[in-house]
Amino acid sequence: MILVTRDTLKAELVTATVLKESNGGVVTFMGVTRGETNGRKVLGLEYEIYPDMVEKMLRRISDEVFQYWGIADVSITHRFGFLKPGDISMVVAVASPHRKSAFEACQYVVDRIKQDVPIWKKEVFEDSSVWIGSE
Amino acid sequence: MKIKVKLFAVLREKVGDSVVIMDVPKFSTVADVVNELKVKYPMLDPFVDHVMFAVNTEYVQDTYQIKNSDEIALIPPVSGGEL
Repeated sequence: MILVTRDTLKAELVTATVLKESNGGVVTFMGVTRGETNGRKVLGLEYEIYPDMVEKMLRRISDEVFQYWGIADVSITHRFGFLKPGDISMVVAVASPHRKSAFEACQYVVDRIKQDVPIWKKEVFEDSSVWIGSE
Repeated sequence: MKIKVKLFAVLREKVGDSVVIMDVPKFSTVADVVNELKVKYPMLDPFVDHVMFAVNTEYVQDTYQIKNSDEIALIPPVSGGEL
Protein backbone atom coordinates (compact mmCIF):
# COMPACT_ATOMS: atom_id res chain seq x y z
CA MET A 1 0.00 0.00 0.00
CA ILE A 2 1.20 3.48 -0.88
CA LEU A 3 -0.59 6.38 0.77
CA VAL A 4 0.00 10.09 1.25
CA THR A 5 -2.62 11.76 3.36
CA ARG A 6 -3.52 14.67 5.60
CA ASP A 7 -5.17 12.26 8.01
CA THR A 8 -3.76 10.73 11.19
CA LEU A 9 -1.59 7.68 10.55
CA LYS A 10 -2.14 4.54 12.58
CA ALA A 11 0.83 2.18 12.72
CA GLU A 12 -1.27 -0.89 13.52
CA LEU A 13 -3.48 -0.34 10.47
CA VAL A 14 -0.48 0.05 8.17
CA THR A 15 1.17 -3.01 9.72
CA ALA A 16 -1.99 -5.05 9.20
CA THR A 17 -1.68 -4.57 5.43
CA VAL A 18 1.54 -6.65 5.32
CA LEU A 19 0.64 -9.38 7.84
CA LYS A 20 0.42 -12.86 6.33
CA GLU A 21 0.95 -16.36 7.64
CA SER A 22 3.97 -16.76 5.38
CA ASN A 23 5.66 -13.67 6.83
CA GLY A 24 7.59 -14.54 9.99
CA GLY A 25 9.23 -11.12 10.34
CA VAL A 26 7.41 -7.79 10.33
CA VAL A 27 9.19 -4.48 10.84
CA THR A 28 7.25 -1.24 11.24
CA PHE A 29 8.97 2.14 11.36
CA MET A 30 7.29 5.30 12.60
CA GLY A 31 8.62 8.79 12.07
CA VAL A 32 7.43 11.02 14.91
CA THR A 33 7.44 14.82 15.19
CA ARG A 34 9.91 16.00 17.85
CA GLY A 35 8.92 18.69 20.30
CA GLU A 36 12.34 20.32 20.41
CA THR A 37 15.31 20.92 18.17
CA ASN A 38 18.71 22.11 19.44
CA GLY A 39 17.07 22.99 22.74
CA ARG A 40 14.34 25.12 21.13
CA LYS A 41 10.69 24.31 21.65
CA VAL A 42 8.95 23.28 18.41
CA LEU A 43 5.22 23.97 18.10
CA GLY A 44 4.93 21.68 15.11
CA LEU A 45 6.08 20.77 11.64
CA GLU A 46 4.42 21.81 8.42
CA TYR A 47 4.90 19.07 5.81
CA GLU A 48 4.54 19.96 2.16
CA ILE A 49 4.64 17.43 -0.66
CA TYR A 50 4.54 17.20 -4.44
CA PRO A 51 1.73 14.63 -4.44
CA ASP A 52 2.02 13.11 -7.95
CA MET A 53 5.76 12.77 -7.73
CA VAL A 54 5.76 11.45 -4.15
CA GLU A 55 3.30 8.67 -4.98
CA LYS A 56 5.25 7.72 -8.08
CA MET A 57 8.57 7.63 -6.20
CA LEU A 58 7.19 5.67 -3.26
CA ARG A 59 5.84 3.11 -5.71
CA ARG A 60 9.27 2.94 -7.30
CA ILE A 61 10.97 2.42 -3.91
CA SER A 62 8.52 -0.37 -3.20
CA ASP A 63 9.49 -1.95 -6.56
CA GLU A 64 13.17 -1.66 -5.61
CA VAL A 65 12.50 -3.60 -2.41
CA PHE A 66 10.95 -6.36 -4.49
CA GLN A 67 13.93 -6.31 -6.86
CA TYR A 68 16.60 -6.42 -4.13
CA TRP A 69 14.97 -8.63 -1.48
CA GLY A 70 12.08 -10.28 -3.28
CA ILE A 71 9.76 -8.70 -0.72
CA ALA A 72 6.33 -7.70 -2.02
CA ASP A 73 4.69 -6.92 1.31
CA VAL A 74 5.70 -3.28 1.73
CA SER A 75 3.46 -0.43 2.83
CA ILE A 76 4.65 3.15 2.78
CA THR A 77 2.54 5.97 4.16
CA HIS A 78 3.40 9.62 4.71
CA ARG A 79 1.39 12.42 6.19
CA PHE A 80 1.40 16.08 5.15
CA GLY A 81 -0.04 19.32 6.53
CA PHE A 82 0.58 20.62 10.05
CA LEU A 83 1.74 18.03 12.60
CA LYS A 84 2.07 18.60 16.31
CA PRO A 85 4.84 17.14 18.49
CA GLY A 86 4.16 13.43 18.98
CA ASP A 87 2.21 13.10 15.73
CA ILE A 88 3.28 10.33 13.36
CA SER A 89 4.59 11.69 10.05
CA MET A 90 5.44 8.40 8.37
CA VAL A 91 4.76 4.71 8.78
CA VAL A 92 6.67 2.08 6.82
CA ALA A 93 5.81 -1.60 7.28
CA VAL A 94 7.79 -4.42 5.70
CA ALA A 95 7.08 -8.11 6.09
CA SER A 96 9.05 -11.10 4.89
CA PRO A 97 9.44 -14.77 5.77
CA HIS A 98 12.54 -13.95 7.89
CA ARG A 99 13.49 -10.95 10.00
CA LYS A 100 16.88 -10.02 8.54
CA SER A 101 15.57 -8.94 5.16
CA ALA A 102 12.58 -7.22 6.77
CA PHE A 103 14.91 -5.06 8.94
CA GLU A 104 17.18 -4.26 6.00
CA ALA A 105 14.39 -3.45 3.59
CA CYS A 106 12.56 -1.25 6.11
CA GLN A 107 15.70 0.79 6.78
CA TYR A 108 16.32 1.03 3.05
CA VAL A 109 12.85 2.44 2.44
CA VAL A 110 13.14 5.07 5.17
CA ASP A 111 16.61 6.16 4.01
CA ARG A 112 15.44 6.41 0.41
CA ILE A 113 12.47 8.55 1.39
CA LYS A 114 14.78 10.99 3.16
CA GLN A 115 17.10 11.16 0.17
CA ASP A 116 15.20 12.55 -2.78
CA VAL A 117 11.44 12.15 -2.39
CA PRO A 118 9.91 15.65 -2.68
CA ILE A 119 8.69 16.10 0.88
CA TRP A 120 9.61 19.27 2.75
CA LYS A 121 9.17 20.27 6.35
CA LYS A 122 9.04 23.60 8.05
CA GLU A 123 9.84 23.80 11.74
CA VAL A 124 7.49 26.18 13.46
CA PHE A 125 8.78 27.85 16.64
CA GLU A 126 7.03 30.27 18.95
CA ASP A 127 8.55 33.30 17.23
CA SER A 128 9.68 32.09 13.82
CA SER A 129 9.72 29.24 11.33
CA VAL A 130 12.25 27.72 8.95
CA TRP A 131 12.17 25.32 5.99
CA ILE A 132 14.64 22.54 6.77
CA GLY A 133 17.46 22.49 4.24
CA SER A 134 16.77 25.92 2.78
CA GLU A 135 19.39 27.81 4.81
CA MET B 1 5.33 27.97 -25.83
CA LYS B 2 3.40 27.84 -22.58
CA ILE B 3 4.78 25.92 -19.66
CA LYS B 4 3.77 25.42 -16.05
CA VAL B 5 6.33 25.84 -13.28
CA LYS B 6 5.53 24.42 -9.85
CA LEU B 7 7.10 25.91 -6.75
CA PHE B 8 7.30 24.32 -3.33
CA ALA B 9 8.23 25.11 0.24
CA VAL B 10 10.57 28.08 0.57
CA LEU B 11 10.28 28.94 -3.15
CA ARG B 12 6.49 28.94 -3.04
CA GLU B 13 6.53 31.24 -0.02
CA LYS B 14 9.00 33.68 -1.59
CA VAL B 15 6.93 34.02 -4.76
CA GLY B 16 3.57 33.81 -3.01
CA ASP B 17 2.22 31.32 -5.53
CA SER B 18 2.58 27.57 -6.07
CA VAL B 19 2.21 27.71 -9.85
CA VAL B 20 3.65 30.13 -12.38
CA ILE B 21 2.65 29.99 -16.05
CA MET B 22 5.39 31.15 -18.38
CA ASP B 23 5.77 31.76 -22.06
CA VAL B 24 9.23 30.68 -23.21
CA PRO B 25 10.87 30.31 -26.64
CA LYS B 26 10.92 26.94 -28.37
CA PHE B 27 13.91 24.70 -27.49
CA SER B 28 14.36 26.33 -24.08
CA THR B 29 16.11 24.25 -21.45
CA VAL B 30 15.27 24.00 -17.78
CA ALA B 31 18.21 26.34 -17.09
CA ASP B 32 16.69 28.94 -19.45
CA VAL B 33 13.42 28.75 -17.58
CA VAL B 34 15.19 29.20 -14.25
CA ASN B 35 17.04 32.26 -15.56
CA GLU B 36 13.76 33.72 -16.77
CA LEU B 37 12.22 33.03 -13.37
CA LYS B 38 15.07 34.80 -11.60
CA VAL B 39 14.44 37.89 -13.71
CA LYS B 40 10.73 37.78 -12.97
CA TYR B 41 11.18 36.95 -9.29
CA PRO B 42 14.55 38.28 -8.08
CA MET B 43 13.78 37.09 -4.56
CA LEU B 44 14.31 33.51 -5.77
CA ASP B 45 17.92 34.18 -6.65
CA PRO B 46 19.56 33.09 -3.37
CA PHE B 47 17.54 29.84 -3.31
CA VAL B 48 17.61 28.43 -6.82
CA ASP B 49 21.29 27.45 -6.81
CA HIS B 50 20.53 24.43 -4.64
CA VAL B 51 17.35 23.20 -6.24
CA MET B 52 16.84 20.07 -8.30
CA PHE B 53 14.49 19.91 -11.25
CA ALA B 54 11.72 17.62 -12.34
CA VAL B 55 9.83 17.60 -15.62
CA ASN B 56 6.50 15.78 -15.57
CA THR B 57 7.43 14.32 -12.15
CA GLU B 58 10.83 12.87 -13.22
CA TYR B 59 14.15 14.33 -12.09
CA VAL B 60 16.13 15.88 -14.96
CA GLN B 61 19.35 17.87 -15.43
CA ASP B 62 19.06 21.59 -16.11
CA THR B 63 20.18 20.96 -19.70
CA TYR B 64 16.90 19.15 -20.35
CA GLN B 65 15.03 20.64 -23.31
CA ILE B 66 11.42 21.27 -22.51
CA LYS B 67 8.41 20.76 -24.70
CA ASN B 68 5.09 22.55 -24.98
CA SER B 69 2.83 22.03 -21.94
CA ASP B 70 5.56 20.37 -19.85
CA GLU B 71 5.20 20.71 -16.11
CA ILE B 72 8.47 21.81 -14.55
CA ALA B 73 9.00 21.60 -10.81
CA LEU B 74 11.69 23.30 -8.80
CA ILE B 75 12.60 20.97 -5.97
CA PRO B 76 14.36 22.65 -3.05
CA PRO B 77 16.42 20.42 -0.72
CA VAL B 78 14.14 17.75 0.74
CA SER B 79 13.56 17.31 4.44
CA GLY B 80 16.28 14.72 5.03
CA GLY B 81 16.89 14.28 8.74
CA GLU B 82 19.73 12.83 10.81
CA LEU B 83 20.27 9.09 10.88
